[in-house]
Amino acid sequence: MSQAVNQPVSNDTPWSEVHTLLLPAYGETVLMVSIVMVLVVLLGTVTGVLLFNTSNRGLFPHGRFNQTLSWFVNMGRSLPFLVLMAAIIPFTKYITGTTIGIKAAVVPMVIAGVPFFARLVENALRDLPRETGAVGLVSCGSIPQIIWHVQLGEALPSLISGITLNTISMIEYSAIAGTIGAGGIGYLAVVYGYQRFDHNIMISTIVALVLTIQLVQWIGDRLVRVTSH
Amino acid sequence: MIEIRHLFKSYPQRDGVVVPVLRDINLTVADKSITAIVGPSGAGKSTLSKCISLLEHPTEGSILVNGQDLSRLSGEALRRQRRAIGTIFQSSALLHRRTAAQNIALPLEFLGVVESDIRRRVQELLAAVELSDKADCYPAQLSGGQQQRVGIARALALHPKVLLSDEATSGLDPQVTESILRLLRRLRDEFDLSIILITHEMDVVRSVADSVAAISGGRIVEQGRIQDLVANPLSPIGRQLVPLRVIEGGNAQTVVEVTYGADGVVPGDWLSGVGEQLNARVHLLGANVEAIGDHLHGRARISLEFRDGSVDDAALLAVFRAFGLAAAVHRPDASANDDHQTCIEPDGTRRRA
Repeated sequence: MSQAVNQPVSNDTPWSEVHTLLLPAYGETVLMVSIVMVLVVLLGTVTGVLLFNTSNRGLFPHGRFNQTLSWFVNMGRSLPFLVLMAAIIPFTKYITGTTIGIKAAVVPMVIAGVPFFARLVENALRDLPRETGAVGLVSCGSIPQIIWHVQLGEALPSLISGITLNTISMIEYSAIAGTIGAGGIGYLAVVYGYQRFDHNIMISTIVALVLTIQLVQWIGDRLVRVTSH
Repeated sequence: MIEIRHLFKSYPQRDGVVVPVLRDINLTVADKSITAIVGPSGAGKSTLSKCISLLEHPTEGSILVNGQDLSRLSGEALRRQRRAIGTIFQSSALLHRRTAAQNIALPLEFLGVVESDIRRRVQELLAAVELSDKADCYPAQLSGGQQQRVGIARALALHPKVLLSDEATSGLDPQVTESILRLLRRLRDEFDLSIILITHEMDVVRSVADSVAAISGGRIVEQGRIQDLVANPLSPIGRQLVPLRVIEGGNAQTVVEVTYGADGVVPGDWLSGVGEQLNARVHLLGANVEAIGDHLHGRARISLEFRDGSVDDAALLAVFRAFGLAAAVHRPDASANDDHQTCIEPDGTRRRA
């Protein structure tokens, strides 16, 4: 009896079988982060463009709208992801009909990601030279043309580095979402690596995450270089 | 031609107080002419610039381009009509992710010009600003002067009637500034442009402007043709355009300050001519003579040492007048008032300064 306590049985998945767990989980993470990032970039860009252009430096300043929107964005950013995820479970269930799995994880990830990306977009637009909007106007641009060709067009390198940053955040969030059964690398790490003391799984998930984040950053940096002139 | 009529602009503050920034600005710039707007910072130049480039609506008054009031337009009508006014910014404000050619094409793309026409127009404009070989360069690969030329070409893309240059040469070195100004002069004639130059550099005004308006405290305080202002001994702008720095006259009998007349008939040998006619030795205490337009303009301060007796003021000034010079006798020892002088204009009118 006491011998069994002193000599724990190894729970490690044999290295030859790690891939049968790791690859599907990795695929789930990629899928989850991809869906989230598409939504985050679309919604976050719109929000960020509105934040900037309703400010006093924007194309259509509107103090009250700007303050209200800014308040919501701050609210979305003020909760730690784990708290946010738990807090909006009823909303998640209303939207997706479930509280577990990839679908359920996407909702809180988008809600956390959009305000974050919106601020990144707003900052990218604020970093453009002050005359940028005026150039669009005196060049007879319509508001949508100026936003698309002048503001977002000029801010593209900053937007790409924002997307890189945000993608890395979302990979991290997907691991946290793993704890509520979202699947993916995070789920694997928690359920096998943490709860079952499966060292091989723990090590392989860590290596997979480190390599993924290095790769994302490398691609992001390259794209920034290519798009900057 | 652009006419600014009774333009007022004020901004309401947070506390409800309305702060007037521009007050009753009236200015007309004819085709093929360049008017400079000068003034200290905070005088309202940049607000005026925003009103002229139609980025801000004036509170009152109108901005007419070829008779049409553009200041009240908004929305799509404004967008279509503002092509009448091209704007050049201080920093050239090029889009850094577009090549020179793509920057120039921007207004054409915005108005939906077809691709082949855009290409042709961009080629024309690049040629007009002498940058045909830089079409595919990004702004970061161009010098400051070249960037500003691209900015000028972009401003001209939609065939504007008015070109507004808002401190376009600030920050460029003097040689580059000179070449940009030469370009503006040529474009003025080639495209029949009315050019408004907002600037704080008197060198720019002197070398390129036909007229100048000085703005201070939101009002135009002085306005006129360059040659008239520099020929007017009492004009503050004239004195800034042709500043006169002098040494004090020592024990000389009579100190005279002269200003070249507006019609440019002052003979080059006036100094010795004056000396001969008055039978006096002429000492030069300071002078500044510049070619502005086709004529020499300038000021000089001289002291006269009469060989026999003295000459009374009226006779003295008449001699200068015969040379086309407006002269004023300086009397540094005239009691307390240092600036006391009698001034006779080239046309013979006498006034006290």
